[in-house]
Amino acid sequence: MKKQFLTAAMLAAMTPAAAFAQEMSFDDKVNEVFANSTGWFVSLIFSNLPFQVAGASFPWIVMWLVIGATVFTFYFGLIQFRAFGHAISLVKGDYSDPNDAGEVSHFQALTTALSGTVGLGNIAGVAVAVGIGGPGATFWMIFAGLLGMASKFTECTLGVKYRNEYPDGTVSGGPMYYMVKGFKERNLPGGGILAFLFAIFCILGALGGGNMFQANQAHAQIAGITGDYPGWITGVVFAIVVFLVIVGGIKSIAQVTEKVVPFMGIMYVLVAIVILLVNYDKIGWAFGQIWAGAFTGLGVAGGFVGALIQGFKRAAFSNEAGVGSAAIAHSAVRTKEPVTEGVVSLLEPFIDTVVICTMTALVITISGMLVTDPETGLFVLNEAGTQIATVNDVSGVQLTSAAFATGFSWFPYVLAIAVILFAFSTMISWSYYGLKAWTYLVGEGKTKELIFKLIFCVFIVIGAAAQLGAVIDFSDAMIFAMAVVNITALYFLMPIVKREMNSYFARLKSGEIVRHKH
Amino acid sequence: MSKTTFIVGLDGSEAGSRALAFAKERAKAVGDAAIAICYIIEWSPFTFQTPEENEQRHKRREDEIAMAHERVLDPAVTQCKSEGFTAEGIVKHGDAADLLDAIAKEQGASQIIVGRVGARGLKERVFGGVTGRLVASASVPVTIVP
Repeated sequence: MKKQFLTAAMLAAMTPAAAFAQEMSFDDKVNEVFANSTGWFVSLIFSNLPFQVAGASFPWIVMWLVIGATVFTFYFGLIQFRAFGHAISLVKGDYSDPNDAGEVSHFQALTTALSGTVGLGNIAGVAVAVGIGGPGATFWMIFAGLLGMASKFTECTLGVKYRNEYPDGTVSGGPMYYMVKGFKERNLPGGGILAFLFAIFCILGALGGGNMFQANQAHAQIAGITGDYPGWITGVVFAIVVFLVIVGGIKSIAQVTEKVVPFMGIMYVLVAIVILLVNYDKIGWAFGQIWAGAFTGLGVAGGFVGALIQGFKRAAFSNEAGVGSAAIAHSAVRTKEPVTEGVVSLLEPFIDTVVICTMTALVITISGMLVTDPETGLFVLNEAGTQIATVNDVSGVQLTSAAFATGFSWFPYVLAIAVILFAFSTMISWSYYGLKAWTYLVGEGKTKELIFKLIFCVFIVIGAAAQLGAVIDFSDAMIFAMAVVNITALYFLMPIVKREMNSYFARLKSGEIVRHKH
Repeated sequence: MSKTTFIVGLDGSEAGSRALAFAKERAKAVGDAAIAICYIIEWSPFTFQTPEENEQRHKRREDEIAMAHERVLDPAVTQCKSEGFTAEGIVKHGDAADLLDAIAKEQGASQIIVGRVGARGLKERVFGGVTGRLVASASVPVTIVP
């Protein structure tokens, strides 16, 4: 059951390449060596809980993330709802000191972090979730997304509070730093070990999920339009562009992407809204499907628990709440109050999951791509019985593409460009997360940084060239291994966040913290 | 009665120098006057940045401010002082039109003096130039020096 969201999206790309069945290719060899040496770790991370929930198996890592998010939600007294309005004021700059103009704003920190999470997960991943779990998965996805907001709040507050500020004015932040400094402050042992583990997982996660997977999917998209050609070509092109940005410091490329990506994201949501408006008569029905599916499953494999698992998984995989990556991205903001950045960051799962993922899910539901039995109203499963049968048997990103194409026939082309750009911006973001973990381990320095950046570029080529299922499984496992370490640390450090939060909101209420006129 | 303050927008260009020259003339005529020379670095909190840019932002900002002082403001202020004027240099990040007016309010200035920028690009036509927006929104008289 594991990893359909990756494999299904990739399968679509692999079908033309049926030639891989010949002799043992280089790719296969790498695959085998990798699978043999890392398979145990992947199985460990994605293994199911020893008991079944209503007849369906449940991966423990999904449970881990959801329980973490639930604990933080209650511990901080539903912070995601109480502070939602304040988060928007902060992003608008209502509380920014005019004398700090020119520093990184809350808006900039938020959008930078978002460009690392909004990506393929919102497009291909949701299609897989809905394809397996039915529209009901959407309900649980939104539910988990709302809970995840509290995890982000916790980690980003700590990220800013315990960042390192260097004499030259640059900053380095992230879970490594709060693990070490926060644990020390609370007189707890083990902060250094957690930080070490986190940094290792973060580097591998950056090279894998934040790099190879993205390159691989971008290639699949391009090949889907132009016809099949060797992946290393895409890889080399991507590697050169990424190299120019992260090593060459060619800011213009990064700036172009950073401007186009948000535009693509907004356009994606707008197109989805237009499709929904055109089919306004079906919106009520779609929500009915989501509601009914959430509690009955409407015939999907595993019933309502199947829908729940898919929804939870999708939300956790997409918004990275609890993984710790956002804490790195947010720590550059200029603020005297770490809590403000935590509050701003809780908008991230909201935008990523509750808005963008839900749009994808609604369009797929409304498009009628999922086959239902006209008599019972239940979904018809495919031959294997693992997922819902679809028109033309599409899944993953192809399903999203086909669903949007029912509204606008040209949309698949726009989607392909969006996927490529999202992949690129995700790589840029993760190259930074990986670099921060790297410098935490080996120390700061131009040469040391360059080594990591070169390794990163090499992995782009590998990722695009090979169909390394095992490597991708491994790297994804790494991203979730980050969450295991990070959430463990968050449990120990959450009293510090609570103290900061109470102090901040008390001062906000008493009028000590004031809005600035603009 | 307090000093009369003139706000001058300087950007290192020829137009800026003309504005300053005009301000000096006015200050001489008034007698007891101060000149606040402002250099505004165009910046918006609503742009999209890479994580690396964010990390270095603080340092860049300091560099930008130091550069503005060194290249444009300090020479101008020194020059003004040597000619016997009361002058100070101010560097800020943000929108020039908004900030010049904000500084004028803050200092209780009697007028804002800016140079007219000759070039008129498409952007300027669509969004209106800094000068245009300043004139439209300023709370004190604005003099535009051609």
